[in-house]
Amino acid sequence: MIAQLLINALVAGSIYALMALAMSIIYKASEIPNFGQGEMAMFSTYITFVLLNSLGWSFLPALAGTLIFAFLLGVIFEFVFIRRAKEPTLLGFIIITLGFQMVLYGLAGWKWGSDQRTFSLPFSESEVVLRTDSLVLTEHNLASILIAILVMVGLYLLLQHTKLGLAMKASQQNVKAARFNGIPTNRILGISFGISSVVGAIAGILVAPISTLDPTMMWDPLLKGFAAAVLGGMKSLPGVVVGGLLLGLIENLFGFYISVEFKSVVAFTIIILVLFVKPSGLFEKHYVRKV
Amino acid sequence: MKLKKYYFEDVKLFRTTAGLIWSLLLLTLLIALPFFVKTYYLSILNLMALNVIVALGLNMLVGNTGLISLGHAGFVAIGAYVTAFLLQFGLPFILALIVAGLIAALIGALLGLPSLRLEGPYLTIATLGFGLAVMVIIGRMDIFGGRMGMTVPKINLGWTGLKYDNALYYVFLAVTVLMIIFAHNLLKSRIGRAFQAVRDSDVAASVVGVNLTYYKTLSFAISAFFAGIAGSLWALYLQFVTPGTFSFMMSILFLATIVLGGLGSVTGSILGGILMTLLSIQLDKIVEVPVLGTLIKGFSDTFMNPSGIANIKWVLTGLILIAVILFEPLGLNGIWLRVKRYWRLWPF
Repeated sequence: MIAQLLINALVAGSIYALMALAMSIIYKASEIPNFGQGEMAMFSTYITFVLLNSLGWSFLPALAGTLIFAFLLGVIFEFVFIRRAKEPTLLGFIIITLGFQMVLYGLAGWKWGSDQRTFSLPFSESEVVLRTDSLVLTEHNLASILIAILVMVGLYLLLQHTKLGLAMKASQQNVKAARFNGIPTNRILGISFGISSVVGAIAGILVAPISTLDPTMMWDPLLKGFAAAVLGGMKSLPGVVVGGLLLGLIENLFGFYISVEFKSVVAFTIIILVLFVKPSGLFEKHYVRKV
Repeated sequence: MKLKKYYFEDVKLFRTTAGLIWSLLLLTLLIALPFFVKTYYLSILNLMALNVIVALGLNMLVGNTGLISLGHAGFVAIGAYVTAFLLQFGLPFILALIVAGLIAALIGALLGLPSLRLEGPYLTIATLGFGLAVMVIIGRMDIFGGRMGMTVPKINLGWTGLKYDNALYYVFLAVTVLMIIFAHNLLKSRIGRAFQAVRDSDVAASVVGVNLTYYKTLSFAISAFFAGIAGSLWALYLQFVTPGTFSFMMSILFLATIVLGGLGSVTGSILGGILMTLLSIQLDKIVEVPVLGTLIKGFSDTFMNPSGIANIKWVLTGLILIAVILFEPLGLNGIWLRVKRYWRLWPF
């Protein structure tokens, strides 16, 4: 039984970790907690659905189309809304992302919201890959874990071993100095939003088969992903991945051993407790702001 | 230009006689209103009153103290459920109202404690988690009717000799006016100044002797008190409370209200509460607007799904929010201040 729990925890944790990574990439680049992330992912998932079902594309081209769309969505969001803010405060940015979230939520509901959708992928939740006495591993489980690992490795390579990653890191650390050295920091910020949106869209595609495809489908993953990011310490990418996995584990263990009903609440309780002890998350040093 | 010479002049409720007269005129109009208008309009005014009260409290926390809360629907829910629960035992409403406010304030103070160490997104997630947790917990408690919700008994207003709806309107009006005066006075007192000092720089504030622990917790408590009072009235307004009413979206809309109205000002809260209520009602009917409505309808039929047209409300609200931040960060209050300044110097 414990093996099954671990698998479930790993699957949930992978999805949380992806959402947390998406939040964290933007937060690192701009100190904005992007509440629009979930709806951006949801909207991209609907694009997959349209490409697959309405236009009859096969899976890989549809996936590619979705990721391109997600990238553009992130870039456009940054260019059209975030960059225009005149005297940006944290609250101002939060409101802009919440506003964008509402816009996407409304558009999706307007276009697709009223019908129930079935969303089929090459890796389905009903096909079993491995079955033993105590363990059932479905295709979707396996695919989620593998894809999450793939995305993480890809992000690692992108951020650590490319010029783009270096430029992103430079503009996170010191925007002015980065600009003096010829890095187009605005464009880098836009690209960060794009990458984050792509990561979110992948999470959305993984969520859709196990949840229902509707405009509210990403609320829960977004909040959990945000929580995971906070748990790990918003600015540390390995930290938020660990945070996501930890959250998945805690949730599933609590749900199994104590109470399913309060499963979703326990995550937040633990986070509040953790923040009491370590106010900047588990894996980040807490800096006290200087005057 | 007339300068202020005494401290008392600065903390006065009305700075000018004109302000006093206009306020009294408005109040008289509001008191006389039930004799002219239909009950439907009174219920809209009641809804405005609810939003104004929550906005006053939230604005004190967000606009004046600089702590962001995404869980205020939780406090409203606590107020509503406490009231519904107490009224079942036939307690007088005034008592239920105060108890609801105080319980919300107590829980607010508890939630305020982590705010001493958390900032930015860390505080946001804590409040957000609180808002969600309250709804899940209430939804599981049988004494509160669980997921099904509970009916709120009508309160006894027969002694006023008025129709129930009219009497209820006066209750809402009285509470709202009291809360506005309370907020206004509080922000002018030492407490209000301390809040603003904390917002502008908490380190500097603590250096000049503002006790951060005390004032941050107090800000949460007072803000929750306002939300609790509003929740109490909300229970009366809806006559039936379910956990689903007080969702995450509600918390976002509260935040939207004060941003639209103007952060850190009582006038802003009032304007925001009124406008947000009007928006949420009018946007439902946007298809009926002469030219724009037909255009939207046509667009909806051609490109979108005609049955989902109600969602246009979210699109427009979102766009309005973004527009406010981008073009008028001070909200309606900023426009109001500009207009006032312009007319003060007119015609020069």
